[in-house]
Amino acid sequence: MTDPWTIEVILGLACVTVLARGFFFISSRPWRLPHWAERGLQYAPIAALAAVVLPEVVMSQGQLIATWQDARLYAAAAGAAAYFWRRDVLITILAGMAVYLPLHLLLGW
Amino acid sequence: MFLSARLRAQPEFRQGARDMLPQAPGIAAWGLMTGVAMVKSGMSLVESLLMALLVFAGSSQLAAIPLIVAGAPIWVILATGFCVNLRFVVFSLHLRPYLMHLPLWQRLTHGYLTADLTYVLFTRRYPQPAHDSGAPDVAALRACQEAYLAGNCMVNWGSWVGASVVGVALAHWIPPSWGLGFAGVLCLLGILCSLATTRLRMVAAFAAGVSAVALWDLPLRLNIVAAIVVAVMLCLTLEQRGQTPSARPAP
Repeated sequence: MTDPWTIEVILGLACVTVLARGFFFISSRPWRLPHWAERGLQYAPIAALAAVVLPEVVMSQGQLIATWQDARLYAAAAGAAAYFWRRDVLITILAGMAVYLPLHLLLGW
Repeated sequence: MFLSARLRAQPEFRQGARDMLPQAPGIAAWGLMTGVAMVKSGMSLVESLLMALLVFAGSSQLAAIPLIVAGAPIWVILATGFCVNLRFVVFSLHLRPYLMHLPLWQRLTHGYLTADLTYVLFTRRYPQPAHDSGAPDVAALRACQEAYLAGNCMVNWGSWVGASVVGVALAHWIPPSWGLGFAGVLCLLGILCSLATTRLRMVAAFAAGVSAVALWDLPLRLNIVAAIVVAVMLCLTLEQRGQTPSARPAP
């Protein structure tokens, strides 16, 4: 069943996406970041990715995993190794999933 | 954005699309699992499709789903969505000098469509905004940058939304226990590796990853923003001390 409240929430979340992604585009007053902040921003993309990726690999249900029998560890290692071998993101995904799926589906890791 | 013929006519548009293509399977796998997750949580077909088409932000969708199911107050859901999206506020700060010459609605459209990978690929190709690059023709370079961004966004948006819709349709045939969503993590991992071009950037990745795990218990997934701040501050400090002679970006 589709209810109006949920639709409202969804429209609200769409506005939140626009607001967050365009946050500093809204005001057109000319200003520039201080130089140190501009330099600092070159570290933001890799930091953001690492902050999203590492918990997805080493945590489950909000806890650091306590076992080595987790397919994600080996899949991530294989993916990273594949990247530095071939410098190709698609190869990273394929190699990682080639390790992940058998360990996860057959061994239940 | 990518509906504009002016941008599509630029060669950089194709380049942007080509650079995003290898990422498309990872994005699609992730979109697929988000589609499945929406339906499995009990959202209706219309709700799931609307969410996939309009919200267009995987992490905030996944964070909002349990709150919607629980019937949480709307401001809590929106605040959660915003906090999960705070990294995009940082991205918009970074992208501001690239886009401020455009009218407001175009800036907001570009912003809306710029997700993680678009931002990362775009800033990798264009480390500097046009007016700082010393290029003789600033307007031409701006047009190139905008076209590249649009090409990126088209492939990213298409693979995400397309896969989400497929996920919604196939939700009852794809058990989440297969863990196909991990392909999305691997996609981000591949991009992460491609950015690790200097020692300080590797330090940033390490510091941010560890901080995000250590600060996991912060509410509203604020651990991600906190981790970015920690990593950026650390790297700026190290840079200033000049402890790492290899701090200059590799060519």
